[in-house]
Amino acid sequence: MIFAVLLPFIFAFFIPFLSKIKHRIHTGIFVLLIPLSIFIYFVRFVGTNFSPTRQTYNWIPSLGINFDFYLDGLSLLFVLLITGIGSLVVLYSIYYLDRSERLGHFYVYLLMFMTAMLGVVLSDNVFVLYTFWELTSISSFLLIGYWHFKERSRYGALKSMLITVFGGLSMLGGFVLLSIVTKTTSIQGMIEQADLVLNSNYLPLILIFILLGAFTKSAQFPFHIWLPDAMEAPTPVSAYLHSATMVKAGLFLIARFSPLFHTYEWFYIIVSTVGIITLCWGSYMAVRQTDLKAILAFSTISQLGMIMAMLGFGTKIAIFAAVFHILNHATFKGSLFMVAGIIDHETGTRDIRKLGGLLTLMPITATLAIFGTFSMAGVPLPFLNGFYSKELFFDATVKLPDGGAGIASLLTASIPYLAVFGSIFTFVYSMYFFFGVFTGPQKLALLPKKPHEAPFGMLMSPMLLIAGVVIIGLFPNSFNASFLLHAATAVNPSSEFVDVYFWHGFITPFKMSLIVVGVGLALFLTRRYWKNIYNFFPGKLSFNNLYDGLLEKVDQYTATVTNFYMNGSLKNYVAIIIGTIFIVTLSFMFITDGFTISNDNLADVTGIELAVVFIIAIAAIATIFTNHKLAIILITGVVGYGVAILFVIYRAPDLALTQLVIETVSVVLFLLSFYHFPKLQKREESIASKWMNATLSIGFGALIILVGISAHSSSWFSSISDYFIETSYSLGGGDNIVNVILVDMRGLDTLFEITVLGIAALAIFSLIKLRDKEAK
Amino acid sequence: MEFIVIVLAGILFATAIYNLLQKQMLRIIIGTVLLSHGAHLMILTMGKLKRGKPPILEEGVANYTDPLPQALILTSIVISFGITSLLLVLAYRTAKTNNTDNMEQLRGETNE
Repeated sequence: MIFAVLLPFIFAFFIPFLSKIKHRIHTGIFVLLIPLSIFIYFVRFVGTNFSPTRQTYNWIPSLGINFDFYLDGLSLLFVLLITGIGSLVVLYSIYYLDRSERLGHFYVYLLMFMTAMLGVVLSDNVFVLYTFWELTSISSFLLIGYWHFKERSRYGALKSMLITVFGGLSMLGGFVLLSIVTKTTSIQGMIEQADLVLNSNYLPLILIFILLGAFTKSAQFPFHIWLPDAMEAPTPVSAYLHSATMVKAGLFLIARFSPLFHTYEWFYIIVSTVGIITLCWGSYMAVRQTDLKAILAFSTISQLGMIMAMLGFGTKIAIFAAVFHILNHATFKGSLFMVAGIIDHETGTRDIRKLGGLLTLMPITATLAIFGTFSMAGVPLPFLNGFYSKELFFDATVKLPDGGAGIASLLTASIPYLAVFGSIFTFVYSMYFFFGVFTGPQKLALLPKKPHEAPFGMLMSPMLLIAGVVIIGLFPNSFNASFLLHAATAVNPSSEFVDVYFWHGFITPFKMSLIVVGVGLALFLTRRYWKNIYNFFPGKLSFNNLYDGLLEKVDQYTATVTNFYMNGSLKNYVAIIIGTIFIVTLSFMFITDGFTISNDNLADVTGIELAVVFIIAIAAIATIFTNHKLAIILITGVVGYGVAILFVIYRAPDLALTQLVIETVSVVLFLLSFYHFPKLQKREESIASKWMNATLSIGFGALIILVGISAHSSSWFSSISDYFIETSYSLGGGDNIVNVILVDMRGLDTLFEITVLGIAALAIFSLIKLRDKEAK
Repeated sequence: MEFIVIVLAGILFATAIYNLLQKQMLRIIIGTVLLSHGAHLMILTMGKLKRGKPPILEEGVANYTDPLPQALILTSIVISFGITSLLLVLAYRTAKTNNTDNMEQLRGETNE
């Protein structure tokens, strides 16, 4: 199984080579093999006697983080969607993307996404799931920004990234809490200990964190704003990531964890409320859009809300309907996205105001669209799968168990009405999509291209999806026992076989459908009379403005903070660094009571040492007060030679020699460049700044003294120097111990030291010589 | 004697930082030179001063000065020489190109 998950990722490494020959063979043809073969690998698991399987591969066992793949009905449904729709999307992209595009990049991102998404739905380990989850966000970011030269693409990519990664992070928080409470990192292990979680004090936090992750990913209200902007991606991507798979990861997460939370009342309240609001808001807003893909984006938001609401209900029938609708939605929405892509490709625009009357020009596309939109609208016809799942949805809303008291009961009472409200607008935008594009007067003058029917290859994928719509519509029970039931039982173990058929009799759900069709038709026909309502509600209110405003404020604020200390003044940086070290070290010394002083075991004081120390100190202080550049160089030399004499006194012959040589060379160097430096100016800073500098330097010097005395007076560890003294001859074969340490014991350090010098020498050479040449 | 050397190191650090806080490049470079002198003395003192013979093996001598700080300082002297010379050339080149050695005038564009 791990191979199946990682196969797309591994294959992505070969894409750069394959895309070299893209003008002879479209890269997509190679890529097509990957999802297809994974699909075939997994499809053999489908069957009535399917039972969950598990495979574990160690990754970081000490932290409990392993590739722990668990294939149950729910995962299987998603895996088949990912690879099945994935194959069709790749097939479609072969015709959609021109060979002059950067095909290599596109397919690398797409394959990366495939691995990530398979990982999300198959991982039983929460942290591995999280890793794959964020990888889907990143590949989505890359795919939305695929046409990176467009400003809107970059904006949409960033927005989706910010919102979904924010959700992902909060989900990680929920996972961490869960694994602390249950002491396991396995989801199935957590579900087994559901009581522990339900009785934990962290329960509300866990729930909110995990739900935030799911809601942002599945574009639930009010986090839905990223999805319409994600439509800047190439259409195959929209059909795949932003309709069929990635946005359903949030639903998957809720479904996965619902056995854990389903007895918790707030789970029902929050998930159902958010879902039903998203359903209504998405379908209401979809009618307002003019861009075909924007209509589909809001439609996706609303359909996701509907599935989310059903997962919140958690009843047997609702769960079955949710699973059923995940499948149905992928078929009709995927095909509609492809249709929108075809229209865009063949006419050059997606603006519904410029389109119209394409029925005669693009008859096959129109036929596909009519199946797709009517299925989406839930028109009661026996060969449209959308109708069945909508019917089951209505059935679920009226059969909700009494919620007891308070918010829950209010919610239970209002849900059927909201469901009908949302579905009416679903009907309206579905009709608007179809009739707006394919009927009415032709406006060919407005179109950038002369429209004609798409090539057969491009029509192939949506045709297969529409075939799926019709097959499920005609034989709704064909997949139930062998496939969907397993998915439903994974979410709610008490799920049972639901016999789906067309005619239930004249019962409530059917009446609701009739109301939807009737009112929807009336609203659609009178659309131009009431569409001004959008100017009043939502009018200028929008979460987009909130997002943009927030982002702008954060930008401004961070710029202010950064510019406050990154002001380009070296002096300021030094002051901040020194000040920070000073404060941190001093307070640490205070807190740990680290200052010690002991005057035993000190070396004796001799007159000559004192004299040298005195000279060095005077010379060092003099550097501050000298305003003559020759003088300051010579005074610095005095300090250096003084230190060399101290080395002699303190029995460090090697140091003394080196210091003498280096000091001499340094002084010569200084004198060489001396000529080129401007004269030293009098220091003309203000008195306050002088005092500031003086305080900083004296304070820091004092701190160094304190640290030095404490370090000298305390002995925490025994010295390792004896080792070097003892083994200098036996290991290094040398009498000069310092020498042996440098050349033998720490030979590699010395090698790097020489490297540093070499680099410095190269830099110096190029600064002097090469620039001079350039100037000439 | 150790305390006296530590105080000297402190003075070196203080003067070094005062120089680092100046505007002129030459002073800043001299600041870094003084800083490394201070650090060297500090490290040397950590190994205690004047405890035995210089660290060169000899027949019949058991007490040697601590060789480890000396090895560290030797590395450091060489590296700081490298830094000083690079800084000098960099300063020379900057001063030539921009006709100033005042760091405050070399701050670049605001709000980059």
